[in-house]
Amino acid sequence: MKLITTIVRPERLPEVKAALFRAGVTGITLSRVSGHGGEHEVLEQYRGTALVMEFREKVKIEMVCSEPFVEPCIQAILSAARTGEVGDGKIFVQAIERVIRIRTGEMDNEALTAVNADEVQRAALAAGVDPETRA
Amino acid sequence: MISAGDTAWVLLSSALVLLMTVGLALFYGGLVRPKSTLNTMMMSMIALGVIGVQWVLVGYSIAFAPGSAWLGGFAWVGFRSVGLEPDPTYSATIPQQAHAMFQGMFAIITPALISGAIVERMRFRAYVVFLLLWTTLIYDPLAHWVWGAGGWLLERGALDFAGGTVVHISAGVSALTAAWMLGPRKDYRRVPLAPHNVPLVLLGAGLLWFGWFGFNAGSALAANGLAALAFVNTNTAAAAALVTWAALDLTRSRKVTAVGAATGLVVGLVAITPAAGYVTPLAALAIGAIAAGVSYTAIQIRSASRLDDALDVFSCHGLAGAAGALLTGVFASKIANPAGADGLLAGNAAQLGVQLLAVCAAALFAAIGTMAILALVQATLGARASVPEEMTGLDLSEHGEEAYFAGSTLGGSVIVHRNPATPVVDRGR
Repeated sequence: MKLITTIVRPERLPEVKAALFRAGVTGITLSRVSGHGGEHEVLEQYRGTALVMEFREKVKIEMVCSEPFVEPCIQAILSAARTGEVGDGKIFVQAIERVIRIRTGEMDNEALTAVNADEVQRAALAAGVDPETRA
Repeated sequence: MISAGDTAWVLLSSALVLLMTVGLALFYGGLVRPKSTLNTMMMSMIALGVIGVQWVLVGYSIAFAPGSAWLGGFAWVGFRSVGLEPDPTYSATIPQQAHAMFQGMFAIITPALISGAIVERMRFRAYVVFLLLWTTLIYDPLAHWVWGAGGWLLERGALDFAGGTVVHISAGVSALTAAWMLGPRKDYRRVPLAPHNVPLVLLGAGLLWFGWFGFNAGSALAANGLAALAFVNTNTAAAAALVTWAALDLTRSRKVTAVGAATGLVVGLVAITPAAGYVTPLAALAIGAIAAGVSYTAIQIRSASRLDDALDVFSCHGLAGAAGALLTGVFASKIANPAGADGLLAGNAAQLGVQLLAVCAAALFAAIGTMAILALVQATLGARASVPEEMTGLDLSEHGEEAYFAGSTLGGSVIVHRNPATPVVDRGR
């Protein structure tokens, strides 16, 4: 089991989500975050005041995958989140000791598969390849 | 002889000018930070109450009742003998109460304009006392000088159609004085002070523009050609200033900003206020454009300075008002308004001199008066909020409220019972 944490551009989130669902990764947790990663700074102007935005808006996605899903998950994020410009984000992979599903008390791999995972994946595959993503 | 049309227009205009104060609250409220939004908006809203009362009790009388060249008398205190019949001194075709209420709306918005210079740091109670004293001791006499029967600037032939001198120069100079006396916010030029809600700023600017038709065209005090001229000039100058501001933005930073557009249109409205009934629409175009250039430059200089006139009231109202008042002396023409006067371009250079005198007199009076009143308030009540209060934000310290209530996002607040001053907290079991 691995905890995969990824920071991506907010505007790529719909593509990343679709790619993860197609890969069968359906349990994800999102947060809005801001951070600094060496991108060009954004300038904002209000009357006589000019401000440089030091932190950029990003989305952090956290998901815990059983081993067979780890590589597909990473590939999905790479293919969907990459624009080639500075600021595309990072993927962090960490080992996880235990997982317990609160509703049933199931442990580890059993606790990781969402009950509607197949349904979500089918819907994502049926929606087809997003032409924008794979241009 | 009361005219139904004139009365209807002046009453409607009064309501339009009232809406401007609400628009101003939104305009200023959007420009400050979330933690002081309510305090900033309340500085405008409270004037609707306090000056609404003051005007009936003494304000209208000090400004407009028969008196000396410097001050109105006390004959109309409490609206005594201000009746439903017209007073031919001001308008022969509308009830005098309509004139009184229309002028009252001007008295309400003028001190509210000042508040933009001193946001995020002044104690609310001290501000309310300042507001009341300023209107009674500065605005009311000044209105008498320029508009009151026998007022000394009126006698000299100073042109101020709808309040460039009385409203905008007095408010702008007082704002500058107050910002200087109160000192900058503790974090001024240390942390970014950016507008927290630009859509609110645009809504406020739109309401100001809408209401300004009442302010200027209503100042004809009749539904006639003069009102139409003022209406056309008002719109034209605002449009010209907006376009000029956008062009200056584009030149300086390659982008047209929304806050800039809102600021620009307000500056155009300020500048045309004294001129609205005396110049041609083409002159209004020039007045709007020139004033935008003046204010734009002033804002750039002010922003680089240590003077925390937070919302640039001096640049937008003081300087644009002065530009408008002086340009009235340049562009005024009897072709536009046969009952008006000729200015510099029509061969009457003396008019420009009179305008300059009115500008200087109003500025000097407002500066000295504000200094005295604020010194008194500082000495008695204390004008500044404490540093911790300022850092937390005045919404909490002055009003006990938040503009954007977030206290319970994670269940962090509970209901208290009985007297809110000594809360009894029910934390359940």
